[in-house]
Amino acid sequence: MLHITTLHYLVLGAALFILGVVGVLTRRNVVIVLMSIELILNAVNLNLVAFSHFWGGLHGQVFAIFIITDAAAEAAVGLGILIAFFRNKETVNIDEVNLMKW
Amino acid sequence: MTPVATPFFFYLFAAIMLIGGILVITRRNPVHSALALIVALLAQASIYLMLYAPFVAGVQVILYAGGIMVLFLFVIMLVSIERSMKERQFNSQWVAGSIAAVALGGLFIAVYAKGEKIFPHHAMRITPDELLNTQGVATMLYGQYMFAFEIASLLLLVAIIGAVVMAKKRI
Repeated sequence: MLHITTLHYLVLGAALFILGVVGVLTRRNVVIVLMSIELILNAVNLNLVAFSHFWGGLHGQVFAIFIITDAAAEAAVGLGILIAFFRNKETVNIDEVNLMKW
Repeated sequence: MTPVATPFFFYLFAAIMLIGGILVITRRNPVHSALALIVALLAQASIYLMLYAPFVAGVQVILYAGGIMVLFLFVIMLVSIERSMKERQFNSQWVAGSIAAVALGGLFIAVYAKGEKIFPHHAMRITPDELLNTQGVATMLYGQYMFAFEIASLLLLVAIIGAVVMAKKRI
């Protein structure tokens, strides 16, 4: 019976991270870009909890809880910015955010 | 309680997570993306349980799948998505973006292949006690990480104020 090692969890976390990066870089809908950022944060959390288990401590889990707090704050502020943006431009397309583009 | 059939459940939940992630970044309708993300987050909570982290799993279900995703669905309801669903979904740099992401994935694989030996391969001998997990996390949170905990509460306060200021029409 094959054994699940740390590497399995790390590869899963890396795959999730890549999916999130692809979402952030290629999608035009701001809501989906924010969801992709959540995917990235979850990939990091998975790595932290996996290391916490395999090293036999609780530090990784405490860090994961801090990251979840951070994700909640980020989602609240990000969605607030999204609502303000939608009120001004009547769109959720991220290509329209080009005021500071050179 | 020792988990049963760990490889089977690991691959099952990993597959659910990856399919959910792929659906998140490919769906046209943001509501479908949000539902796929909820499924992925719940599968991840199951993986936390397999890693003997029941407190983090509970926080994941309550806070992520229950709190943050409801916030997302509310905002999707507030902004109108009809127009954006008729538009092109991927931006003009999608080829370059995908290549950059794949290059990052190659970097990950190279690092993991090279540094595989420094990762612990098996869990520590003593299986951690799940009944003491919440207690241990709390002791650490209020002891060793007290300062970070206070900073986190300040961060949440700032985020509440920021969200209200951003979303309100006139203050």
